[in-house]
Amino acid sequence: MLADFGFGILLIAFLTALYSIGAALYGHFSRRQKWVESARLAMLLTFPLLTLASLTLIYLLVIGDFNIRFVYEVTSRDMPTYLKITALWGGQSGSLLFWSWLMSLFATAVTLRKWERDREFLPWVILVSSITIAFFLSLNIFFENPFQRFWQTFQGVEPATFRPANAIPFTAEEGRGLNPLLRHPGMVIHPPMLYLGFVAYVIPYAFAIAALITGRADDRWIRLTRRWSLTAWLFLSLGLVLGGRWAYDVLGWGGYWAWDPVEIAAFMPWLTGTAFLHSVMIQEKRGMLKRWNMILIILTYSLVVFGTFLTRSGVLSSVHAFAQSEIGPAFFIFIGITLVTSVALLIYRWDSLQAEGQMHSMFSREALFLLNNLLFMGILVICFWGVISPLISELITGQKVTVGPPYYERAAGPLFALLVLLMGIAPLSAWGHITLKNLAAQNSLELEKRYALAIARLLWKPAIPALLVLIGLLIAGITNIYALIGLTFAALTASITIYEFWRAARARERAQGENLLTALWRLAGRNRRRYGGYTIHLGVILMAIGIIGIEMFQSETQKSLAVGENIQLAGYTVRYDSLAQFPTNDGRWVTRAVVSVFDKNGQFLTELYPRYDVYADGQPMTIPGVRSTLADDLYVLLINWEGVTAQVAPFKVYHNPLVNWLWLGAFVFIFGTLIAAWPEEEREPLPTQARKTKAIYQPGD
Amino acid sequence: MAHSPRIKFILGGVLILAAVIYLIVSSTQASAQYFLTIEELNAKGESIIGKNVRVSGAVLGDTIQYDPQSLTLQFSVAHVTADNREIEAQGGLAEVLYQATIDPNRPRLQVIYHGPKPDLLRNEAQAIMTGKMGADGIFYADELLLKCPTRYEEAVPVQAEG
Repeated sequence: MLADFGFGILLIAFLTALYSIGAALYGHFSRRQKWVESARLAMLLTFPLLTLASLTLIYLLVIGDFNIRFVYEVTSRDMPTYLKITALWGGQSGSLLFWSWLMSLFATAVTLRKWERDREFLPWVILVSSITIAFFLSLNIFFENPFQRFWQTFQGVEPATFRPANAIPFTAEEGRGLNPLLRHPGMVIHPPMLYLGFVAYVIPYAFAIAALITGRADDRWIRLTRRWSLTAWLFLSLGLVLGGRWAYDVLGWGGYWAWDPVEIAAFMPWLTGTAFLHSVMIQEKRGMLKRWNMILIILTYSLVVFGTFLTRSGVLSSVHAFAQSEIGPAFFIFIGITLVTSVALLIYRWDSLQAEGQMHSMFSREALFLLNNLLFMGILVICFWGVISPLISELITGQKVTVGPPYYERAAGPLFALLVLLMGIAPLSAWGHITLKNLAAQNSLELEKRYALAIARLLWKPAIPALLVLIGLLIAGITNIYALIGLTFAALTASITIYEFWRAARARERAQGENLLTALWRLAGRNRRRYGGYTIHLGVILMAIGIIGIEMFQSETQKSLAVGENIQLAGYTVRYDSLAQFPTNDGRWVTRAVVSVFDKNGQFLTELYPRYDVYADGQPMTIPGVRSTLADDLYVLLINWEGVTAQVAPFKVYHNPLVNWLWLGAFVFIFGTLIAAWPEEEREPLPTQARKTKAIYQPGD
Repeated sequence: MAHSPRIKFILGGVLILAAVIYLIVSSTQASAQYFLTIEELNAKGESIIGKNVRVSGAVLGDTIQYDPQSLTLQFSVAHVTADNREIEAQGGLAEVLYQATIDPNRPRLQVIYHGPKPDLLRNEAQAIMTGKMGADGIFYADELLLKCPTRYEEAVPVQAEG
């Protein structure tokens, strides 16, 4: 029986991961390389095993074996095959298996690399990866078996992994089907992106722990995992953006982000991950913030597991949560143990992670990077408090008090604005040690003045366009102070970033005699990390413009219209023309309105088709008709056809200014990350030439 | 001068920390919402009028009135417990909601909401409402979320019952 086979494979994979943990430990302590190698091979084996288990489940999903509880819960006969496959992550147990599968893929990829110079890390990287895999597999095995079957007993039908006494297998006629809201291309790729981001962060964490255990205090672990961190970050960012886009297209509330606890759960590791991306540069360049980087990656790992826990345990009510489950305590214990162990290791190595330099000026680059980190941590604390405050207040006062989106916007908004500004200013600052020699004798105030002046000298030219933007906004009659600040900061940072590109390309043009475009291309190619980073910054600014637009200038109206009647919003006129109702061959009942959109001069712009689909199981779905331009989106919803006469239909119209800049920015952002992560020719310095630290280690020890 | 760099960074850090704490505290106060059951809401009496409240209850199908012209929706909800363990003990959310709608002695709450009638608003649905209690004893909801637990929580196929 395939279900037993699948479960058996899961069990073997679990035991393999356990063996890998044991062998790695034994190999290290008995100093037998053979055992470490065996642990490595065992970890390699988890990937084919989990591939087999996942393929078994996918096969069961595709053939629609409704004897399997999971298949019954997430598929139905009318679903197209691709949705049956992706239903793998449409439910609790399947998505946990999928998580483990991806984790084993990454663990395999990392063990296949050449280990000569870093062999001392190997047992510990295996240990951390295998423990993580084993934990997630244990959830599948002990709590949420995706291969659980239905059994007919005298009491009725019950789900169980093994056959209860006197029971015969029970196969349902038809499955319950995937929640229609999830039957959307965006939803098909959104979870895998998030999961990829989540699991990829396990790798830098594993190396960090390896560095702590082996006591190697240099930045080797950071260099080794730089691309992993970037990959993880890229996938996590993609997952977040795709989730937003899906909400915008499908949920029909005119927005893309609702500060839902589960959204925040995915956002929190992104915050620490982003801080980490920045602060590792300080360690690489200046040998500072070593402890801080450890704290950040440990936090990121814990938040990744916490995020999976929040999404998967049903502890918080949310659109994302599946049914209540018993895996909550297991998650808490796991997060607790890993966090305490990691922090204990960090404290144990605390003294060896001494900074090699000192910060001198508040306007030096390392200080501004630190400020960036503090702002990210501030936002993290705000988010964390928002998520847990209902639980805390209930614990203390017995009264459940919760905070909504206004809390997050109010508290985090100023920090986001500062981050945008900092994104422009930090690249202009100088590293603290460059000018230090000249200033050794100066007093502190004098030092700050020099550093600040150095920034100001570079700042004034790009500040002119920003000032023009501000004046333009004022002339345009914009009085919202937050929007003015936000847009001016965005303009300043954009202008500085573009100016930085231009300045460097211009210098190259002069020095190398290349034309400007070639110079720009070569420049980005030579220093991918910096110019990739700047490109990401430009993407973030575009996104910020979009966010300011929709958050501060969104307007909405709603009205029931008879055919031929109008509704007006933000200079647009929407006319209700006609309505059609028809079934589709996948069992939906579609109600589709035709509306015409006119601009303020009465000029016809376009026709839109807001829709209202009801699935066979009664689940409705509201799909907007959207007219999208760079200036704004006109987002028309047909709402709740039920109970309204055929001649009158209620509409809700949103005017979302600038929202497309958000999606546009996301593309620039991804492009920038690809530039930054693109492999360069192996130019890594030999250990002897690298910026050496006092720590002594023997490669291959 | 040897110590001054340290001090200024510590000062800067403390300032940022203070700013973040201020933002959190003031924003929490400004946007805090009380989760109450209908029983608790009734017990609070006048003290709760005008505060942000989130309350949930079982929708009574007969009471739903909707005027599509003015987009005004009126309905009543019956008290259900907010304790998950109690809900489990009483046979799950669907069962609890059903019991609430057939029990005439349950505390009830009249709700007015302006906006389109949600798809899921029907008898025995769980309504989660955010809004303020009016002096007239009617709850004015700004936001209305609905859950119909039956569809998502039946772990066992229905065909089995017959």
